[in-house]
Amino acid sequence: MRVALAVVRSRRVALTIFAALPLLAAAGAAQAQSALDAITKSKTIKIAVPTDYPPYGFVDTSMKPQGYDIEMAELIAAKLGVKLQLVPVSSANRIPYLQTKKADLVISTLGKNPEREKVIDFTAAYAPFFQGVFGPKSMAVKSFADLGGKTVGVTRGAMEDQELGKVAPANTDYKRFEDNNATVAAFVSGQTQLVAMSGAVAAEMIRKNPQLGAEYKLTIKDSPCFIGIAKGDDALKAKLNEIIGAARRDGTLDKMSLKWLGKPAGELPL
Amino acid sequence: MEFDFGAVLVDWRLLLKGLVWTLGLTAVATVIGLVVGVGCAWIRAHGSKPARVVVGAYVELIRNTPFIVQLFFIFFGLPAAGVMLTPEIAAVIAMVLNLGAYSTEILRAGIEATPRGQIEAAESLALSPLQVFLHVVLPPSFKRVWPALVSQIIIVMLGSSVCGQISVEELSYAANLIQSRNFRAFEAFIIATAVYLLLAVLLRRLLNWAGPRFFFGR
Repeated sequence: MRVALAVVRSRRVALTIFAALPLLAAAGAAQAQSALDAITKSKTIKIAVPTDYPPYGFVDTSMKPQGYDIEMAELIAAKLGVKLQLVPVSSANRIPYLQTKKADLVISTLGKNPEREKVIDFTAAYAPFFQGVFGPKSMAVKSFADLGGKTVGVTRGAMEDQELGKVAPANTDYKRFEDNNATVAAFVSGQTQLVAMSGAVAAEMIRKNPQLGAEYKLTIKDSPCFIGIAKGDDALKAKLNEIIGAARRDGTLDKMSLKWLGKPAGELPL
Repeated sequence: MEFDFGAVLVDWRLLLKGLVWTLGLTAVATVIGLVVGVGCAWIRAHGSKPARVVVGAYVELIRNTPFIVQLFFIFFGLPAAGVMLTPEIAAVIAMVLNLGAYSTEILRAGIEATPRGQIEAAESLALSPLQVFLHVVLPPSFKRVWPALVSQIIIVMLGSSVCGQISVEELSYAANLIQSRNFRAFEAFIIATAVYLLLAVLLRRLLNWAGPRFFFGR
């Protein structure tokens, strides 16, 4: 008897959920105006940041996120006068987080490319960035053609994964990993011969593992970081560009870049 | 939100390759894993004290640590000891070790439930201990625990989805790669979910059919 009741009850719960679905969809449609209104109304901004990507975003020994991207997020929250809520994301899931509104913006070393521009919008650039191929000094890699037949570790969903496929020969053996730490671990443990990643992460990896004798080989792409926002949210985009422009003019970006990346931000594209 | 399954299905070759890898990993891991399980169950029942301790430690170690940690240890950890494995081999070893430990424990339950008289009857017919184990103890034990074993095999099949983390190109890896390129996360994972569901249902049917025919009779 009790079992039967439980079944009836759970069926009722399921029915309620199904009945509520059209309401949820309607709520989603009504919400199509700028995220800026929601942010100022709730006095909180949700910003997706990396926590596995030093020096842009990482967790220090006191478990507090820090890095270039986190400081940028703090700057934007301060300028908007709202509370900051950090949302940790990985390379592979940062765009879905934005699409599903789990985050208002993505400040996560996001590079701009046509594939991404189809699904989200970008603000002006806020940080310098380049991706390259790195490998042991003993291995001769002079051009992308030399990658043929070699194993190259890349982080799935990262820019280098998409860009390398366009320039490297077809017989390049890609090993794709979920996040940068796994990609680094695979290279450090010798599971891949070469690794494609950002210059900043590679510098950190080489500094911590001098025994590898690894060095810079090739530049895949100079791709400064942009802030990603929901497609078509022009009000938010204008506001963010205003903040980035001011930070660029008053030297804040250069100061942050010097602190985290060891060189000034320099000229960044709009 | 608009759905575009075509954007994902256009990469059907990747998905098919992923499906083949998932099935292949599962098939190899199931066969070798069951052999490991039977072997360890034999040792637990008849082995020397040190051998029993070793098997017990193995079973406890595997059953009390997460699969992904075991996988990472084999792939990222063992190279430090000079053991270099390809992602695919590392995945198979991790799955075999996993299924082996669980099936040892599941079979133990079946073996312990063997009536004493049955074993004594077999011994009185002058069967060797190995013959008794293989022909008298094991088949009815399999019959008793078959549903649990089938469930465990399906869990291992579904667990193979984390092997994509070490760049094995199985089904989840394919779905993840596709969604990282076209940002159709919902569609990619809905398709992966449907395929896994179908695989699990079919695998359960296959094993429920195969068990009585090849392992213990009806």
